[in-house]
Order: sequence, then C-alpha cells, then structure tokens
Amino acid sequence: MSTTDSAERGLILRDVTIWLNGGTLLSLDATVRPGEVLTVMGPSGVGKSTLLAFVGGFLGRDFRAEGRVILNGRDITALPPDRRGIGLLFQDALLLPHLSVGGNLMIGLSPDIKGGAARRQAVTAALAEVGLDAFADRDPATLSGGQAARVALMRTLLARPEALMLDEPFSRLDAALREQVRRLVFEEAAKYGLPVLLVTHDPADAEAAGGPIVELG
Amino acid sequence: MRALLALISVLLLGSLAQAGDERLDPRNWDAVLAEAKGEKVFFHAWGGEPRINDYIAWAAETVKERYGVRVVHVKVSDTAQVISRVLTEKAAGRHEGGTVDLVWINGENFAAMKHQGLLRAAPWSTELPNYRFIDVENKPSVALDFTVPVDGLEAPWGMAKLVFFYDTERLSEPPASASQLATWIADNPGRFTYPQPPHFIGTTFLKQLLVELVADSDVLMEPATDESFAAAAAPLFDWLDAAHPKLWRKGRAFPRDYGGMRRLLADGEIDIAFAFNPADASSAIASGELPDSVRSFVFEDGTLGNTHFVAIPFNANAAAGAMVFADFLMSPEAQAKKQDPHVWGDPTVLAVERLSAEDRARFDALVLGIATLAPDELGPILPEPHPSWVSRIEHEWARRYGVVQ
Amino acid sequence: MSALRLFPIAAFFVLIAPVAAGLAGVFLPAFGYLPVLGRSALSLDAFADVMAMPGLSRSILLSLGSGLAATAISLLVVTLFVAGWRGTRVFAALERLVSPLLSVPHAAAAFGLAFLIAPSGFLFRLGAEATGLLERPPDLLIVNDRLGIAMTLGLIVKEIPFLLLMTLAALPQTRAGEMERMAASLGYGRIVGFVHTILPALYGQIRLAVLAVLVFSTSVVDVALILGPTTPAPLAVRILTWQQDADLAMHFTAAAGAVLQIGVTILALVIWLIGERLFGFVCRVMALSGWRARADMAMRQLAAFVMALSAAIVLAGLCLLALWSVAGPWRFPDPLPDSFSFSTWMRMPGSIAAAFGHSLMLAGASAILAVVLALGSLEFRARSGRPGPGRALGVLYVPLLVPQIAFLFGLQILFSYLGFDGAFLAVLLVHLVFVFPYVLLSLSDPWWAWDPRYGHAVRALGRSPNVVFWRVRLPMLARPVLTAAALGFAVSIALYLPTLVIGAGRWPTVTTEAVALASGGDPRLIGATALLQALLPFLGFAIAALVAAFLSRNRRLMRAGA
Repeated sequence: MSTTDSAERGLILRDVTIWLNGGTLLSLDATVRPGEVLTVMGPSGVGKSTLLAFVGGFLGRDFRAEGRVILNGRDITALPPDRRGIGLLFQDALLLPHLSVGGNLMIGLSPDIKGGAARRQAVTAALAEVGLDAFADRDPATLSGGQAARVALMRTLLARPEALMLDEPFSRLDAALREQVRRLVFEEAAKYGLPVLLVTHDPADAEAAGGPIVELG
Repeated sequence: MRALLALISVLLLGSLAQAGDERLDPRNWDAVLAEAKGEKVFFHAWGGEPRINDYIAWAAETVKERYGVRVVHVKVSDTAQVISRVLTEKAAGRHEGGTVDLVWINGENFAAMKHQGLLRAAPWSTELPNYRFIDVENKPSVALDFTVPVDGLEAPWGMAKLVFFYDTERLSEPPASASQLATWIADNPGRFTYPQPPHFIGTTFLKQLLVELVADSDVLMEPATDESFAAAAAPLFDWLDAAHPKLWRKGRAFPRDYGGMRRLLADGEIDIAFAFNPADASSAIASGELPDSVRSFVFEDGTLGNTHFVAIPFNANAAAGAMVFADFLMSPEAQAKKQDPHVWGDPTVLAVERLSAEDRARFDALVLGIATLAPDELGPILPEPHPSWVSRIEHEWARRYGVVQ
Repeated sequence: MSALRLFPIAAFFVLIAPVAAGLAGVFLPAFGYLPVLGRSALSLDAFADVMAMPGLSRSILLSLGSGLAATAISLLVVTLFVAGWRGTRVFAALERLVSPLLSVPHAAAAFGLAFLIAPSGFLFRLGAEATGLLERPPDLLIVNDRLGIAMTLGLIVKEIPFLLLMTLAALPQTRAGEMERMAASLGYGRIVGFVHTILPALYGQIRLAVLAVLVFSTSVVDVALILGPTTPAPLAVRILTWQQDADLAMHFTAAAGAVLQIGVTILALVIWLIGERLFGFVCRVMALSGWRARADMAMRQLAAFVMALSAAIVLAGLCLLALWSVAGPWRFPDPLPDSFSFSTWMRMPGSIAAAFGHSLMLAGASAILAVVLALGSLEFRARSGRPGPGRALGVLYVPLLVPQIAFLFGLQILFSYLGFDGAFLAVLLVHLVFVFPYVLLSLSDPWWAWDPRYGHAVRALGRSPNVVFWRVRLPMLARPVLTAAALGFAVSIALYLPTLVIGAGRWPTVTTEAVALASGGDPRLIGATALLQALLPFLGFAIAALVAAFLSRNRRLMRAGA
C-alpha cells in the first residue's frame, strides 16, 4: 500500500480492469474530485454493480481485477471494506427494523463522537438537517419511502465517509420523490466535499448529477 | 376422535382377546404342543452379550424347526424395563394379549413380579417334561430364588456363581476374601471398582460383601427389618466407607454396567473385575475382549451363587409357545450347548449324572476355557439373601455414595 | 380447499393428541391419581418422594446447566462463525465439512467422543506413545465427570451442525448480502456488523430451532447415559431409572419426576428468554456507542477454529468407531490395534438385518408422511386468506418443546390400555410426533421464501391452484423438500426411547439394537452398531442431495436457490 501514489484529494480509479471467467468485463480510468459526481451508466449486466463491488471491496471470488483505487491519497485497493471509508446507499433504505430511527442513525454515527449526550445531539442535528425533527423515537416501519431514504442518507453520512457510492439509489422511489431525494443527496455530498460514484440506468439521474458520465457496455 | 379411538380399541382388543388360555396345562403336553404350533413368542432377554444372543437365536431356530414355534428375542438393556412394562399393562387393564410372552429373570425381579401378581398364576414350570432332570437336590436355588419359593412360576435356565478375574500380567496374587480385598485396595488405589448399583452385578458385589462380613448370616434369610438391617449391614458400609476413597476415580464415578467394568479391565484401568458366570473370562478371551493373560479366582469362604430362570407374565399372548421354548431351554441338548464356553459357558441346571449315557456324553465332551475354574475349584456357594435386603442396600448405597460432593 | 383443510387437522391430531394424552398420563399419577394401581386420592406424596431423592438438586442443576451451556455455546459458535466467514472460501469449506455431520446420531457421536477423550481413549494413547510416560490409563475423571462437561461437549458438537443448517436456511430471508455491505460501508467489523444488522432478523427465524435444542438438551437421555455423570445423574436419566424400577410405588415417583422435568425445562426456557432480552439490551447499548470493532480477526479465527474442532471431534470419533469395529486385541497404550479382524461385522448380519429393515420402514414411512402432512398444511395456509408463516401452524411445533421423557410413559399407559402398544402403527405414530416438527421446521422457511409471483403468473394463464402446486411450486422446492425428508429420516433413525417404549421391543431398530448391545460394553460391537446407526441417515441425506442434483441438472438457478 502506497500513500505517496498521489496526494490529490478525491477518488481515483486508476487503470481498473475486471475479468469474469477469463473475459474482460469492464475497463475504467477515472478521477472523481471532492463534491463531484461520476455517473456510471449502461444497461443491466454490463458490470455496473461489479465496479461498485470492486471499489467497495466486495468483489466475488469469480472475478479478477487489476488497477488501483486511491481515496484522498490513500491506496485502498487491498483494504477490507470496513476500512475504506466509502459510504454506500442502496435501492432500499435497509433501515434496521429492531431499532428506532434514532437507533439507526446511532449505528451510523462515527465512534469518534463520544459520550451519550454528544451522540444524541449529533443524531438530533442530523435529523433536523433533513427535516425529520422529532423522528428519533419513531419505528422505521412507519416512515414513508422518502423519509426512509433520508434517514439512510444521514446514517451513511454520520459515519463520516470520505466518499459515497450510490447503487441505483432512487429507482424504488416514485417520480416526485425521486427528484427531491436526489437533490438532497447531491447537496449533502457537495456540502461535505465527498466524491460520489453513482451507478444508474436513469438518464435523469446523470443529468441531475451534473458531473462526468461514463457509459459502460 | 373419540369414535376413532373406540374403533381402534375394538379392532385391536377384539382381535387380541383369545379365550381359553387358562386351560393350558403342561401335564397335557401334546395339547400344549398343538396350541403352540404357529405361535409367535416374544422373549424379553438382556441383549448385551452377542454370545448369548447367538445362543438364543440358535434355540429359537431349533424350536421353530421342531415345534413350529417362532421365538423373537426382544433384546433389552435392563430386565427391570420388562417388569415395568408388564406392570403398566396390568395398570392399563390389559389382561390378555400382553406384549411379553417370556422373560429372563431371577431374584429381586422375580420376587417383585410374583408379589405383584404379574406372573402366570398356575404353576407350570415343574410340570414341563424336562423338569425331571433338574438338580433340585444339589442346587437348592432352582426352587428357592433368593429365598423366595419358585412355586413352579419360573423355569430354571442356568446357574450363576460370582467369580472374580484378574490380569496376571498386572497382578500376581489376587486377594482371597473381602478383608484381603480391602487391604489390596488400600495398597493399590484406583485399581478397583464395581458397577454402580442398582445394576445387578454391582448389587451382587454388595451382597457378597454383606454375606461375607455379617456376623450371623441366618438373619439374611429373613425379610430385613430396620433393626436387623442396621446391625447386619453395618460391617458392609464400614468396608465401603474405607474403600471408596481408594477406588477407581476415587469413587466419584462408577462403570454403568457389567460391560463397562469388563472394558476397564481390558483397558488396564483396573486390575480386578467379576462376573456372575464362571466361564465369562474364558469366553471374553476367546472373543478378544480380554487379553489371554486373564485368569479367574474366588474367595476362600465362597461366593454368591444363584439360578436364573425364564418366566411367563400373567397376560402372555403365547403362553403355550413360551412353555415349549422354556422346556427346550431345559433340555439336555440345549443345556449342554449352553455350557460350552465357546458358545456361552453358562453352567447347567440339570443333574448330569441322571441323564442318559448319550446326553451325559455331551457334557463330558465339554472343554473348560483357559480362564475357567474347574467345578471343584469354584469354592462353596453362598446363598442369596432375602430380596428385601437388596432394596435396602441399594437405597442406603444411593444415600451414602450416590451423590459425590 | 375443503380437502386441503384435512391436512392441518390431521397434523394437529397426529401430533397434539398423543402429546396431550401422554402428558395427562403423567400428570394424573404425579398427583396420586391412577385408579388402576389402586390410588385415586389426590396428594403430593409423589413429589415429596422425588424431593427426598438423594442429590436431586444436583440432578436438576446438571440438567439445567448442561442444557443451557450446550445451547448457548453451540449457538455462539455458529453465530460467530457465520458472522465472521460468510461468503468466504473458509466458510464454504467448513460448511461442506460440518453439514453432513447433522446425520450422525447423538448416541454415535457420544460413543465416538468417549473413545476419543477417555483416559484409555485415543488421545491418551497418543500421548502415552509420544512421551512413554504412561503404561496404564491415568485415573482421571474425564468422561462421566461430575459437572457434566463431557456430556455438554457431546451435545455441543452435535447441535452445531443442526444450528448451522437452520442458520443457512434462514439467511436468504435476512438480505444478508446487502446488510453486510451496508455495515461494512459504515466501517463495522464483520462480527459486530453482523450482530447489528443481520442477527436480529436471523435469530427471529431460527429461534424455534434454538428453543428446541434447549428443550432437547435439558432432557436428553442417550448422550447423558454415555457421557453424563452418575453420582448423581441428570434428572431425565434418573426419571428413566425410576420408571423402570420393579417397585410399583416408583411409578408415581417417576411421574412426579417427569412433571418436575417439565418444570426444569420451562425454567431453562425462562432463563433463556431473559438471556435473550439481556443480549438484546447489550446490543442496543453497543449500537448507541457506535463501536466498530474492526479488529475482530482473532475472534474470527477462534470461531473458525472451534467450528473446525467440533467437526474434527465428531469425525475422529467416527474413525475411532470404525477402527474399534475391526480391531483385534488393542491394549493400552498402543495407539493402533495389534491386528485387525472382521469377526464383529461377520457376526452382524443375522441379528441386525431385521433391525435394519425396521429402521428403514419406520424412518421412510414417517419421513414421507411428515413431508406430505407438512406440505398439505403449508399449502392450506398458503391458499388461506392470510398466507405466511404466522402463528397458525405454531401449535404443530409443540412436540419439540415438550421433553420426550415427560409424555412417553403416559402415552405408553394409554396405548397399553387401548391394546395398541407394540403395533407397527403405534410406533409409526410416535415417530411421526417427533419427525413432523423437524420436517415442518426445515420446510417452512424455503416454502415462504418462494416468490408467490411465480404462482400468480401461472394462475393468470388460467390454471388451477393445484397445477401451481404440482407443476410449479413443488418442482421449484424439490431441494428443500428432499432435505426436509432426509432430516425427518435422520430424526426417526435416531429415536431410541419412543421406539423402545411404544414398540414394546417388537420393532427393534438399528438404534435400539445399538443401545442394547452397548450394555455389554464391547467397544467392537459399539463401534460397529454406532457406525451402522450413522450410516442410514447419511445415506438419506446423500440420496436427497443426489436426487436434487439430478432434478436440477440443467438448471443453474435452482442449484443456487434454497
């Protein structure tokens, strides 16, 4: 692992190539600067999710990959997923049904914030930030799709990631909500200066992201 | 649901109820043979010894060929289970068509079954054709099972005598009495144990000590009372109190059964074991279960001896077949084969000298195994105490040693 | 629909009626009521007798302690292992190693363990050989130890494969893959991440199986007889001894003991439920702290090691059983027999053939009946107004939660009264009581995990629900159905007490023969019969796997599924 590879801030995918069963699945070389969104598009089955898995550290054993992933100057290619500092958002909010909304955020909240009071305050502030004041004690099952998506976003952000990866994060939301949540996510990412890797098949997502677009397949 | 149960019970009880069973009289043997033909006899007998199982299989095969009686050996791990089963059937009102036709039994279990009316009421065993060869004169235990009169309710099958055995490679001079054994245990801690009572071999060992250590053994022939037990059993429990800390595992665990104890001898964990069959060591050597350096010994003043029997429960479904099988088990042919140490090695209940020359020859031809004592080396037979002593000993044992702190 | 209704009803009567009747047959005599034995005055004398038994409190503590410890430790090992290694090569390898061990009957595993760890066992022989220090087995209380450690160990190595199988079956319903990525992206180590995100849903799925393990472990008889302490023995073993006493009065004592056993089992369940709460509380506190626990490699390695060790213990035990079955003279401290002989096996066929046949008949019939009943009940539920696992079928699990020893003897009295004991149907019925809940347990998850839209698609083509069941759902669920059948087969093969008590010894099986022969103590026979006992269920699982593989030979998705 080399830290001198590049001191440049942002997420760098250097000469990435992924093979499946001997055949090349995808090749990519890209740099995502802080606050920028790189949109990866393409039809199903071209390896969009495989790219996310590679960057996130979840690549299956069937795949072979080359290239480096460098995040804020750290080469994270060989690190286990929990040490990469990349937050993930899925199609579903994946809120934990056995915890309250506040508990779901606590799970995300970085352990660097210590002390019950401080942690509770951080969660309250995070909820207020996305307009969900006083939702801390709610059962996540009672939330609307848009509310759940916002909670999931804040859970990811509270872990203080250095980059975000979004895997079709808006596809399960209906059209009106999609627009609203999308805007919120990009605003928050920009606010925290996070490089964002967005995988989608919806051109509207790419347009809203406003960053570079890579077409796979 | 209730209707269904009623239907089931009618179907089953109806088909099982066979009238006229009590008429069965062994004195009219041809009638018994006629009724027995085609019957299926469920013979409940301890199944822990393949040699014995094989012998029973041979006997079953023979009566099937000769008399058309099918005998099924129900292998049990503890005879008390069988009594419990018959008791349950009596409790449930199943007076006919019981599941047990013949049971291998003696002593305490016989006393319990007789006392609770679980045996076929009319005397039958003494009327069997082969009973005339039974050695009633020299083997009093064929008529008095642990002091309880047999009254023709069970048929003698074999003789048992307590015999100790030891590995000559590990022990040169075996103890010759209970007190010598105590000294030996003290000098050789961890090298002796016995099956945990109430397993019958373990209880037998306790009775051996009781009989040998008591001041006046006559009291043991009477039912035990609180006073007689306190006095007579005191030396036994003194002996055990002294020995237990020096037993295998310091008396904190005991082999579960006879097989477990024999296994410990085979593994060299203990130096002395014992069996209720003089030929057991030889048979076990022959089958490779014990090393061939094992030999037998008895105590100088004698060891316990008794007779084991087969009995027919009150509600047997195939009493005629059971009688035919019991009679065959008493035949000179079956008895001689049983005494062969390569088959089982269980001593006969017959008076061999009264048999025909041909049958005597069967017995004369038998060769004792290398670890079997000759009849004149087996020492005196000590009679079994009254069964009431057994439950008291077992109870007191459980109280004193059954909970190790 | 109306005919389908018969399945849950039949299942209910087949299962609940015997248990209820058996319990009545134990509760009444426990309180002094059994007119046929001449007692009809209600009293607590029998309980007083039980309480006066020497060492009773120790027996109770043994049952309670070993049951709770065995359940907790085996669940802990399985959870840590699945949490730490899911989706890895290590996981796949160990899963393949451990899963077949499910088919090893408890008694066979217990004998194998005894051959391994006893002072005269294989490990000490190896030690003696290596050091030359031991000429004779050391006088150490390892097997039958007073704290029941050997017995608990014997239970643990057998419950781990069962809980692992149940966990693997339930994982697909927990969205484990996504949850795992989510937890990792938040920076959580594998184990704590699993505990926060997957375990709550997973435990909900396998909870019943865990409770069944707990009930079984607190009232186990066969493992306790082989490995358990004797001074005093655990409660269930003592009840059995009282039950089999020739003294009439002891029947009342045994009945009261059986009621006490139910109480002990309930107490164990209550303690467990409190433990669940405590654990949930600790987890929530941990969640609030945000502790990431990334440095969990040591814990992961420990979990994999213990998992491998438990498999190794059972496998080594099986090897020792095999070795003993062909051993000639084999004196301590020789690590291997002097010579080999097949005489034990040569002598087998005559005595074991009938038992083999009975085992096959009982296990085959009860497994098939149980699968049919379970499928019928599930299909009924699926077509009802509110499809889903729900509580409606929950009552069918009752036999899992009642200790065997508590209702068998009551049932024996009833069957005896009806003249029904010793009949093949009676034995089959009682086997079904034990087989069915396990079949339902293993079938239920994949059944409800099946996507009903497949059915909707076919129904939309104008086909009947029967067509959906026979042509779509059943073929798609072929693998779990076959696995459930094999599990039921294995459960039936291993049943000792029910076969003996209800069968009146007339239907000797490989298992009852094994126990009867084991009372002779000859390790060669024990080895041979225990191996045979393990062989049948193994064949069951192997055949199920082969048939499933054949059915899905050209269907990649079906191989991956369930």
